[in-house]
Amino acid sequence: MSELVLKGIPAAPGIAIGSAFIIDKQDFIIPPRSILDHEIPIEIARFEEALIRTREEIAILQKKINQEMGNQHGQIFDAHLLVLEDRMLIEEVIKRIRQDKQSAEYIFSLVLKKYAKVFSTIQDEYLRERTGDINDIGRRVLKNLVDENKLFEMDMVTEELILVAHDLAPSDTASMFNQNILAFATDIGGRTSHTAIMAKTLGVPAVVGLKDATLRISNQDNIIVDGRMGLVIANPTAKTLETYRSEQNRIVALRDRFDDIKELSCETTDQKTIDIWANLELPQEVPMIKKRGAKGVGLYRTEYFFMNRVDLPSEEEQYQAYKRVAEEMAPYPVVIRTLDIGGDKFISSLQIPKDMYPFLGWRALKLCLARPDIFRTQLRAILRASAFGDIRLMYPMVSGPGELRQANAILAETQKSLAEEKISFRQDLPIGAMIEIPAAVMTADLLAKEVQFFSIGTNDLIQYALAVDRVNEQTADYYEPCHPAILQFIKMTIEAGHRNDIHVGLCGEMAGEPISALLLLGLGLDGFSMSPLNILQIKKLIRSVSYKDARDIVEKALGLSTGQEVEEFVRGKLQELAPHIYSTENSSPGS
Amino acid sequence: MPRIEKQIAVLNPQGLHARPAALFVQIASKYDSAITVIKDDRSVNGKSIMGILMLGAEQNSSVKLVTEGDDAEQLMAELEGFLSKNE
Repeated sequence: MSELVLKGIPAAPGIAIGSAFIIDKQDFIIPPRSILDHEIPIEIARFEEALIRTREEIAILQKKINQEMGNQHGQIFDAHLLVLEDRMLIEEVIKRIRQDKQSAEYIFSLVLKKYAKVFSTIQDEYLRERTGDINDIGRRVLKNLVDENKLFEMDMVTEELILVAHDLAPSDTASMFNQNILAFATDIGGRTSHTAIMAKTLGVPAVVGLKDATLRISNQDNIIVDGRMGLVIANPTAKTLETYRSEQNRIVALRDRFDDIKELSCETTDQKTIDIWANLELPQEVPMIKKRGAKGVGLYRTEYFFMNRVDLPSEEEQYQAYKRVAEEMAPYPVVIRTLDIGGDKFISSLQIPKDMYPFLGWRALKLCLARPDIFRTQLRAILRASAFGDIRLMYPMVSGPGELRQANAILAETQKSLAEEKISFRQDLPIGAMIEIPAAVMTADLLAKEVQFFSIGTNDLIQYALAVDRVNEQTADYYEPCHPAILQFIKMTIEAGHRNDIHVGLCGEMAGEPISALLLLGLGLDGFSMSPLNILQIKKLIRSVSYKDARDIVEKALGLSTGQEVEEFVRGKLQELAPHIYSTENSSPGS
Repeated sequence: MPRIEKQIAVLNPQGLHARPAALFVQIASKYDSAITVIKDDRSVNGKSIMGILMLGAEQNSSVKLVTEGDDAEQLMAELEGFLSKNE
């Protein structure tokens, strides 16, 4: 087998080497399960018993159909001969259970797939149609081998493997918190797709947009997932494998090098303390972000409750999730952002008209104000959960005090009705505004008087300020986090916040990139919230420099004319002040 | 142990598909001898419907039968008769 290199979109950094496992929703899917020598006869016996049971089931069915509909129809079950009585198939399964030392259900599913594949390519139409029968009988046998209704669950994965799928739905993700999954590779999806976000959260590499990986890679192929370059390499040569293994070792060594500072305080060499928080989407991520050293959640995205379902999430469902995160994170804070749907994120339970300019369309807070029913349900859930930890509430896409007041009015009504129902909630719940629209920056002084904190959302701020669509490949190069205008916007926001004695955090990608993080530190930012992968690296950076140095760097950077000049200047300073920080490990491209 | 090899033309109008394939396997399964069916570069167990079907033998194609065992001769005779039936 020769080496096959597939090019996709880098979605989460890192390198994984392992056995491919193809997920195809149309098929029955059985993950591998190794068996020991003494289990071989047991597996063979289980297989034979499953065949016998299936034969009995079919015989009963056949008899029933013959009685009710006549012999002609009963004959469709002759197809069972293809599987249940076929010596070649049965012998191959038994032989491979012995050879491969894998469970009966796994080997049977592989052999069956192989036969079904050959059948589906046969010229004869009648035979081609029998493929369906083979799968049908196969499913019956599998049901007799494994628990019914449980043909595939992610948590059945008991061996290390790399998932290769056409696409992964958010509904798959609840069960994805499985340390045996080494990486993801998908046919479709972009940098901000769900697969990408999940992989980053789990800390495993991912490549998306591979187009036809599920067709070109086979089960159990040895594959490499290179999440930095966006490559998937199947059946690598010994030389390729060696190169990647040594790179993998280097990355692990780099990552673990920062582990020793996990429990140390996050402060500069001249004792300025900085909050270092993680962005989070699902309650299941909490143990992972704690392991990565997060001392709070700076952005709890709530959109995933609403996506990939036809109904709206209930108050109770949301409450349970918020409460769980608050309790598990305590005593650290959890900043919950209210629904930010629209833009590039859609939900089927709301009929959102397709806008010509989706990022300028009906989105986030504007949508919530127009649909107070949805908004109120979420606010109630957040308020109820606030009794169980340090929960803080944050509105997305605030454009000025007008919108903020409307939102706060609905919040006050909700608090009042909860109080009337004698349901407890945190009375002094801190309210914050996301600063991600240029108009909010310009009105920051006014906003700061009506909220308890700011959180700068740079991913959106950059695209609105520079008139650059971050999803459009043609304009991607113009998406410059260190553009002088962006630095000025951030500076204005932080200064306005501090003039009014409120906390200013930032929860975009900029917080997790060493170059921009150094600038943010110098600009006086109080809190950094980022993908958990980058936390220890940024903490190490903060612990390596003084606030005074960072301020000097910013002062010089603010005098430069282009984003590129700023980046080059700061990169030089980083290499001088904290050379060990500027590693390639977490320099994930974009997202 | 007797071993017989024979190249035989498939005259059955349906070739070795569907019903004829099932009948072929039924005949083969009555005997103790092993039977291998070879077409082009594919060699399959003659007692397996899957195997026979996967050969994709059309009418007027030619297959090689190899029987081996105590009743190899009788098995070969019956299968040859079956394949040569043009009905």
